[in-house]
Amino acid sequence: MLLNASGCLDALTAPETARAFDAFVTKTVTPLPREGNAPVRIAETESGMLNSIGLANPGRERFLAEVLPRLRELDLPIWVSVGGFSAREYAETCEQLEGIAAIELNLSCPNVDEAPESAAEIVAACRERTTLPLFAKLSPAAWDIAENARAVAAAGSDGLSLVNTIRGLALDERTLTPKLGAAFGGLSGPALRPIALAAVYACSRAVDLPIVGMGGVRTGRDALDLLACGSSAVALGTVLFADPEAPSRVRAELVAELAARGLERPEDAVGLAHAERLLIRKPLDFAVKALV
Amino acid sequence: MSVRERLRVVGAEPVGPYTLLRVARGGLETGVPGQFFMLEAPGRLLPRPMSLCLAPPGELAFLIDPIGSGTRALCALGRCDALTVLGPLGNGFRLDVARPLLVGGGIGVAPFPFLSEALGRPPALLGFRSAHHAEAAALVPNAEVVLDPEYVTARLRGGYDVLACGPEPMLEAVRALAPGAQLAWEAPMACGYGACYGCAVEIGGEWKRLCVEGPVLRAA
Repeated sequence: MLLNASGCLDALTAPETARAFDAFVTKTVTPLPREGNAPVRIAETESGMLNSIGLANPGRERFLAEVLPRLRELDLPIWVSVGGFSAREYAETCEQLEGIAAIELNLSCPNVDEAPESAAEIVAACRERTTLPLFAKLSPAAWDIAENARAVAAAGSDGLSLVNTIRGLALDERTLTPKLGAAFGGLSGPALRPIALAAVYACSRAVDLPIVGMGGVRTGRDALDLLACGSSAVALGTVLFADPEAPSRVRAELVAELAARGLERPEDAVGLAHAERLLIRKPLDFAVKALV
Repeated sequence: MSVRERLRVVGAEPVGPYTLLRVARGGLETGVPGQFFMLEAPGRLLPRPMSLCLAPPGELAFLIDPIGSGTRALCALGRCDALTVLGPLGNGFRLDVARPLLVGGGIGVAPFPFLSEALGRPPALLGFRSAHHAEAAALVPNAEVVLDPEYVTARLRGGYDVLACGPEPMLEAVRALAPGAQLAWEAPMACGYGACYGCAVEIGGEWKRLCVEGPVLRAA
């Protein structure tokens, strides 16, 4: 199962790319409109890229009235990424969402201030207000991400999205000042891949929730690594910027990688990196149903 | 209709400090002057946006300023190399203008050779930081060259439909003098097709993704 990483695709400007996924994950929606951070917002690094978009979005009201109805016309399962600056804000948005496949809680944007509550407290607040599947998107910057995974699982999360970007900085070669207007940005791309693998590996041992693995995937082999570490699905982010045809390519490459190892289905690869069998987890089918 | 295809390099010629990179056109259309293409930068993660400079038969030509790792990699390409190109993208210049005047600064000259041909070789006012950089003016017919420290805006005359491309301070100055001007903006972008939100800029109090709403915008 292949998804896009939140904030890395606009299904309304690139519907063909969106349709190549099993579900479309929106850019994070916050209660109020946000213009985002001051330019420059993008910088390439040696083995990745930094972004400091800053959760630019039209706000909950306009998203529900104008964006979501147009996304529904694409006839794709939709995951809405929800953000906020307090548990109450997250929960209020969750309560207003219906007719979508799942909610991803963006608990880890490195470009904006965090809510004062813990990830688990936010998940618990949202759980009270929605029956939709909740996926907690965690930061790889935590010292013990498995502990966070246990906490959000106990708070009622249905799955994990691993990982968000991690904070980084790059300097202009001429001026030696930060390239990004906001100085810091979220690091993504190949540099993030080993970090994502470690997070998925650790969390898949800690909890039995299905995991959407993401971070620097460029090829079918990269996707296979995430499955082997214990993710049930894979999301593509930065690779989409260079290659809008990446979903179909990565899918085909993954099929070839599986076949070369005598594996029939992606599910057969899940957890192979672990010496011991992982706990059986719920199939992800529940989160890709196109609900009407 | 934008297409993504691997194209062969036909040639790479120096033009002052810049490089004119010529690639076989393949199945790509030239688009409208001011539209842009995403060029794979060899060895780099992200492609680089470049407006079309010239459209010789069967070719696409891009004028590139080697200011960073990606543009340096592009300028180092030679015959027999190949690169993946996506385009044309974005919105170009409107060509239904009565008295066009092209106003450019530095590498902002890039889309003007193609634009000049489309508009029947109108006058152009081009500013450069040195005589070496100004060698690029030879690509634009009927060009008047201004060198630093003089600004092109000092020579801007009224009564023209201005089409401008250049650094942001120049575009802001042009906008103040010619409120109806068409301005081609630039911002770092990762994707070129509306996915990354990296190229959003605030223009006249509104935030726009330059790749899908621009890069050419009306000043007023």
